[in-house]
Amino acid sequence: MRAAPRFLALALALAAAPALAGPRDDLIAGFAGAAGITPSAERGHAFFLATPGGGNADTPSCSTCHTADPRAEGRTRAGKAIAPMAVSKTPDRFTDAAKVDKWFRRNCDSVLGRECTAAEKADILTYFASL
Amino acid sequence: MRPFLPLAALAALSLPAQATEVPPMAAEPARTECSACHMAYPPGLLPARSWKAIMGSLDKHFGENASLDPATAKKIEDYLVANSAEAMGFTGVTRGLAADQTPLRIADMPWWRSIHGDPAGRWFHSGRVAGPGDCAACHEGAQQGFFHDE
Repeated sequence: MRAAPRFLALALALAAAPALAGPRDDLIAGFAGAAGITPSAERGHAFFLATPGGGNADTPSCSTCHTADPRAEGRTRAGKAIAPMAVSKTPDRFTDAAKVDKWFRRNCDSVLGRECTAAEKADILTYFASL
Repeated sequence: MRPFLPLAALAALSLPAQATEVPPMAAEPARTECSACHMAYPPGLLPARSWKAIMGSLDKHFGENASLDPATAKKIEDYLVANSAEAMGFTGVTRGLAADQTPLRIADMPWWRSIHGDPAGRWFHSGRVAGPGDCAACHEGAQQGFFHDE
């Protein structure tokens, strides 16, 4: 009896994977193309952990709320859980372009005090997709 | 349960006598957007002018950029105003609030302070409680509009 739900979940995950990977790959390719770069998970990792300054004192880094491990659940300043950013943990991450744009607009301003560049977006999404 | 809130708390807000419930923020897109970072606060707990001020400054929302596209923001503001304290007839929510005061935080409302005390108090910054706006840390049913759980 216990195996059935697991099998079902696996089957659903496998069925959903190709449908979700498409829009995410397209998004990353779009940012990388706009920046004229080959995206790098390593640069994305460094960007995620950096404390660039320029933003709000309460949110000096992405990792302030998301923790240093994107596979872990984060926590907003108001106390709500944030689903892991790692695609392996939250498979529907970065498949909705409007949602991605909204959160880059908000969080880049909060952390850096400016918009993120297309290169930064391509790199950090590549990092999250690599985990 | 902790004897933290006076039993008369909700009665003091002029909620219906039998109510153990404040109508929660139920409508979309308000519920999803407003609960992305914090609890979706019941719209009846602030006056309309507070909701307008909050929705007019989302790019500087308590230290965060919480901006929305204008169409979504307009829908949410209309809903909040239509379900604000005045619209719901919660006269106790605006009691003690001067006409020229427009609190942006529920914890800055006189009714909140008369029940909970100083929002800077240690109780609200304990680690387990993320701040005075973390209603559900103490009110287990807060998301569903239940606050009368003392």
